[in-house]
Amino acid sequence: MAVMTFAGAALKNFFSKPVTTKYPAEPAEYKERTRGHIEISIDDCIGCGMCTRCCPCGTLSIDKIKGTWTINRFDCIACGFCVEKCPKKCLTMVAGYQTPDGEKETVTYTKSPEVLEAEAKQREEMAKKAAEAKKAAEAKKAAEAAKAAEEKKPEG
Amino acid sequence: MGKRSVIPYGPQHPVLPEPIHLDLVLEDEKIVDVLPSIGFIHRGLEKLTEKRDFNQMVYVTERVCGICSFGHGYGYCDTVEHIMNIEVPDRAKFLRTIWFELSRLHSHLLWAGLMADAFGFENLFYQCWRVREKVLDVIELTTGGRVIFSVNKVGGVLKDITPEMQKAILEMLDYVEKETKVLEKTFMNDYTVQSRMKGVGVLTKEQAHALGCAGPFARASGIATDMRMRGYAAYGELDMEPIISNDGDCYGRCEVRIGEIYQSIDLIRQAIDKLPDGELAAVVKGNPNGEYFMRIEQPRGEADYYIKGNGTPNLDRMRVRTPTFANLAGLCEVLKGADYADVGILAVTIDPCISCTER
Repeated sequence: MAVMTFAGAALKNFFSKPVTTKYPAEPAEYKERTRGHIEISIDDCIGCGMCTRCCPCGTLSIDKIKGTWTINRFDCIACGFCVEKCPKKCLTMVAGYQTPDGEKETVTYTKSPEVLEAEAKQREEMAKKAAEAKKAAEAKKAAEAAKAAEEKKPEG
Repeated sequence: MGKRSVIPYGPQHPVLPEPIHLDLVLEDEKIVDVLPSIGFIHRGLEKLTEKRDFNQMVYVTERVCGICSFGHGYGYCDTVEHIMNIEVPDRAKFLRTIWFELSRLHSHLLWAGLMADAFGFENLFYQCWRVREKVLDVIELTTGGRVIFSVNKVGGVLKDITPEMQKAILEMLDYVEKETKVLEKTFMNDYTVQSRMKGVGVLTKEQAHALGCAGPFARASGIATDMRMRGYAAYGELDMEPIISNDGDCYGRCEVRIGEIYQSIDLIRQAIDKLPDGELAAVVKGNPNGEYFMRIEQPRGEADYYIKGNGTPNLDRMRVRTPTFANLAGLCEVLKGADYADVGILAVTIDPCISCTER
């Protein structure tokens, strides 16, 4: 049994720099892959809702018409599943952890007015087109019915 | 016969990292009986399978426990893959092995620190955790999380370990090996450390076998049980032997775990050396339908997973048997006849993970 086996390590400690860093004073170093929190480039979002459906803790919600994407960062477990699932790759994991707070507040991201306007216009156009297509289909159906009735007449 | 008294120990106790309650029946300073009770940290994660689909459950299972996080995620994914007959690519298997061993490395270094803290050697505790920090840095570099990896998915892995990262891992291993040799000298040879560990809490091979102990706790009593020898993931292609000790006391458990630090270092080196090229994940189609039982070796011992799927995205049942649950019976056995002052050390030598046990 040896005595003072730790003396070397203890002595080395006296004359070496501290291993720890003074964190809030000195900024922390983050790795490239660090899963700190989720960021969204909201204007690229198509509002498919894939992220809200795949989230294991149900912390995300989305409103396609208003163009908003809401997250409760205190419920988010930063697993990165939504980032993996996003078809437009507009979600990313970036460094920096959620700071503590007294209340669990949600954060809402809204699309820029230009994008919202463009989207509303697109929706209107699509609705118009759909209405036209529906009208055309109805007219075609009516014409076909009339034709069928006409063909039926001489026989009667 | 001395006067008997009951002393409650835990769930909040300076030595215990997690909540477990022991009612110690003392006769003077000797313990004659122990009544353990758990249930302070139950979260109902197994029940959650009914609400979350099987892909979301990967992330839930990972959060069963902080330290064995990767093992739980892996055990769950492997079980579901067996049910769905998915052939995982070789590269994914090797990557999983590397991450599994990294998690074992940091778990054992954490344990060494807690052990040093339990017998009052705080400086040694700092040194162990200083070394562990390098392992955590590498884990963050490769996976993005320090403790929760989130790299597993049903069918394979999400992230790759690039050649630069492999280099960083190998450099870290050299550092950890060098530093562990210094720590080992103190743990294994120091007079004061030995006076707290040698001959304390002896569990014979027969007792360990009868009580169904698992992992390093059983290996320290001379039972060569190591689920890695089954050859899941890429363990079948790596050279390894279970590390055992015949002492059966705290010193033996410490010896086994320090031996396993070197074993993990060796396994990671082998895995990086043999890392094949290829895909990271297989394509997953459909939902799990059927049941499977899986046994894996967590840092703390053998963990069992039972999963039953019914053909829908939600599983019928998930059950996890964790190593600490198996070792609690052994803990109660070694506590009988021990000194009251040794309870802290003995509780730490089973490497208790109560979060795992209660889920």
